[in-house]
Amino acid sequence: MKFTSLLASTAMALGLATSAMAQDDKVKVGFIYVGPIGDGGYTYEHNQGRLAVMEEFGDKAETTYVESVPEGPDAERVMTQMALDGADLIFATSFGFMDATVNTAKKFPDVKFEHATGYKTAPNLAIYNARFYEGRAVLGHIAGNMTESNIIGYIGSYPIPEVLRGINSAYIHAKKVNPDVQFKIVWAYTWFDPAKEADAAKVLIEQGADVILQHTDSTAPLAAAEAAGNVIGFGQASDMAEYKDGPRVSSIIDNWGPYYIERVGKVLDGTWETADTWAGIGDGMVQIGEITDRVPEDVKAEALALMDTIASGAYHPFTGPLNKQDGTQWLAEGEVAEDQALLGMDFFVEGIDAEIPK
Amino acid sequence: MDLSAINPALLIASLMVAATPILLAAIGELVAERSGVLNLGVEGMMITGAVCGFVIAVESGSPWLGFAGAAAGGAALALLFALLTQVALANQVASGLALTLFGLGLSALIGQGYVGIKPPRFARLDIPVLGDLPVVGRLLFGHDPMLYLAIALVAGVWALLRFSRAGLILRAVGENHDAAHALGYKVVRIRILAILFGGACAGLGGAYISLVRVPQWTEGMTAGVGWIALALVVFASWKPWRVLLGAWLFGGITVLQLNLQAAGVAIPVEYLAMSPYVVTILVLVILSADKSRAPAALGRIFHASQ
Repeated sequence: MKFTSLLASTAMALGLATSAMAQDDKVKVGFIYVGPIGDGGYTYEHNQGRLAVMEEFGDKAETTYVESVPEGPDAERVMTQMALDGADLIFATSFGFMDATVNTAKKFPDVKFEHATGYKTAPNLAIYNARFYEGRAVLGHIAGNMTESNIIGYIGSYPIPEVLRGINSAYIHAKKVNPDVQFKIVWAYTWFDPAKEADAAKVLIEQGADVILQHTDSTAPLAAAEAAGNVIGFGQASDMAEYKDGPRVSSIIDNWGPYYIERVGKVLDGTWETADTWAGIGDGMVQIGEITDRVPEDVKAEALALMDTIASGAYHPFTGPLNKQDGTQWLAEGEVAEDQALLGMDFFVEGIDAEIPK
Repeated sequence: MDLSAINPALLIASLMVAATPILLAAIGELVAERSGVLNLGVEGMMITGAVCGFVIAVESGSPWLGFAGAAAGGAALALLFALLTQVALANQVASGLALTLFGLGLSALIGQGYVGIKPPRFARLDIPVLGDLPVVGRLLFGHDPMLYLAIALVAGVWALLRFSRAGLILRAVGENHDAAHALGYKVVRIRILAILFGGACAGLGGAYISLVRVPQWTEGMTAGVGWIALALVVFASWKPWRVLLGAWLFGGITVLQLNLQAAGVAIPVEYLAMSPYVVTILVLVILSADKSRAPAALGRIFHASQ
């Protein structure tokens, strides 16, 4: 008994010490990741953001991270532990951490939380997201031009608005340049499982797809495309440059560093407030990776031009006339989708021959 | 829905690839169980094999060395199990479970610096004339060497158990270790060899995932395949050819359900995802309705004094 009480008091003393330290110009930032930092994709980029914070603030910011946290209740345990260890700001970097983040934020009103890609806020819980669909428009444009079989394979993770926006945006822009294009979609029901992603890519290739788009985080689909030979793919979330000589013709890159630096800075100077950030190509949060020489010059130029019009705000990837899959009208001629409608997207646009799993 | 998009030849070719890890692990476990040892550590040995094979293939640049390393790694972990259960006479179920947990942790530790690296390519066999035949060429002659090795192993184990004296002794040890001991056979030595064989096979199966099927290293990438192999041995009534059938069935439906999804068949994904398990168990349970039963000494501890 004596030993445990000794431990408890030491822990308390340490806890007090760290929170006291936090007040003299030092900030402790925690990150929880859904995959391993070496996934070469989504989690890798979040970790790059963390490293950028360390570089920017040096001794003033101390960061910790926990990788491969399962989405669900376990995330709450991890974040609670981080908060108990004296974290001032916690970034929860996956959609599935949403409810766990909300619960933990309630328990620790003095700790600040930031949740990526979610939609629930609180006075100490901000949300941030990137307009990945803007990047998907550019990839869709390239994919539509590059396919010879007119079949594009798409590996989806979960049928949530985030992923549906990506599929719709890519389809609309592929269809624009290639009216015969067809999308085949496989749901992997995971963000990161190289074996499943590889299987899905192989199946899509066997069914005639010569372009693979993925919304899962590993490089396994690119490895499958490389093994198949004349199939191309795109880097997802990260540049995946190691496949540049092979199937990867471009990529969609999440650039979190500037945002993380801004928010950590606000905690340091005491101006942090809850917020709802949704930034795109124009803000630099979404980037398009180098388009390789496998893409013809004119296609590359068009893709870059498309990127610029999206960045400047002159063009919105969801501009009418657009119909929903069942043929009913969604956007009239010239009408632009509102953010609220995009955030809750639960349908495919007209032309996609697949069903959203319930 | 467009079922014509599914090419049967390609489907069968890829189901053979998908089934190979399970097949390798299951045939190894079958030998161990026929000698009377229940090793629940298949998953742990597989993942250890996966990481050892990956690391050695990356460092040496040779997938063949990688596979050799994977077999050694799996066997090394199996040796730990053999020491625990055959020398220290520990409970086999508990030791096996511990082996799985240990293997998962150990592999994560070894593989830390190897996430996101590309392994050297393991080429498919390229047989000039035969490989170019329509349909049959891709089906029978267009695979990588490990896949043929797995099938050869099944045939070899079957022939050994059925026709050879060594097989007879192995089975005798598994049915009644006291009688085998009385006849002068080294029960413990035979069992240790069977356990090592099982570990080496599981290691090869794991490396097939990390070097051929994916090919990449990630923590926990065997994702329960070892448990499926374990169940397969039981449902296949400890018979080698039925293990092959079960593995292909399981691999086949796994690949088929993805194909159906891509072809846009309107069956809820959840049903498709559980179908490999349901169908495989169903078919093998029906098959095992005959008189076949488990080796009589399976899981029992042997000591020469008893």
